Amino acid sequence: MILAVLTVAGMASAMGLRNAVHCVLALTLGFTGVAALYLQLDAQFVGLAQIMVYVGAVAILIVFVIMMTHRSEPAAPPNFISLWTVGSVVAAAVFAVLAWAICCSAASTQGLPPQPGVTVQQIGDALMHRFLLPLEIMGLLLTAALIGAVVIAMGHKEDMK
Amino acid sequence: MNSLQNYLLLSSLLFSIGFAGALIRRNAILVLIGIELMLNAANLNFIAFWRYGPAPAALTGIMFTIFSISIAAAEAAVGLGIILAVYRHFRTTDLYHMNSLKG
Repeated sequence: MILAVLTVAGMASAMGLRNAVHCVLALTLGFTGVAALYLQLDAQFVGLAQIMVYVGAVAILIVFVIMMTHRSEPAAPPNFISLWTVGSVVAAAVFAVLAWAICCSAASTQGLPPQPGVTVQQIGDALMHRFLLPLEIMGLLLTAALIGAVVIAMGHKEDMK
Repeated sequence: MNSLQNYLLLSSLLFSIGFAGALIRRNAILVLIGIELMLNAANLNFIAFWRYGPAPAALTGIMFTIFSISIAAAEAAVGLGIILAVYRHFRTTDLYHMNSLKG
């Protein structure tokens, strides 16, 4: 319950604050809350991977980009689009439909099954046997995506001094 | 308290927050953050269904989430690279000024 409140507060302030750096700080709070929820759901490996990837890498990357694109604008533009009420209403409607579907569903009222007790060795075995091809494809995709990101962000030759 | 329904409600709330942020923010970086929030909500759904599902020993939910986190990391890297390239062109990250595809 506390974790849920913490996560929602972090995520909501990440979307609501005016300063972009404060948004990223609130975002790390939200990511940490999600990781703690993973730990609560007995998915220790995924929780720690979430902390390492999101809190450790993605948040730092976003902070870098904010610092690189930061300008002290003389007149700060408004943070939200002019139709922000319409966007909020659409998002609230999406949440209402999802919550209605969840509350009507019969499958979501079952109790907690016994603790699975998954070890990292089991995860490694599954990755090396049953999920070997997806793992290789993921490695290829990560390599291609990171090289592509560097190439896109590097710009043209004449731009570089 | 900790039933599957509550986790699903929480993750749909996170999805809606991310969706609202992606819709109404003017900064391109914060729109990307909203998309990350939506991906996180989907991951939380995967883990909750895995934990409450009939066969948690099959590890499918964990595998889905691991691959999804990798995809999200790659997406964040490429998205931020695109934002940097666009910033170099337009000199702003305000989405209102990015209104032309060529030039």
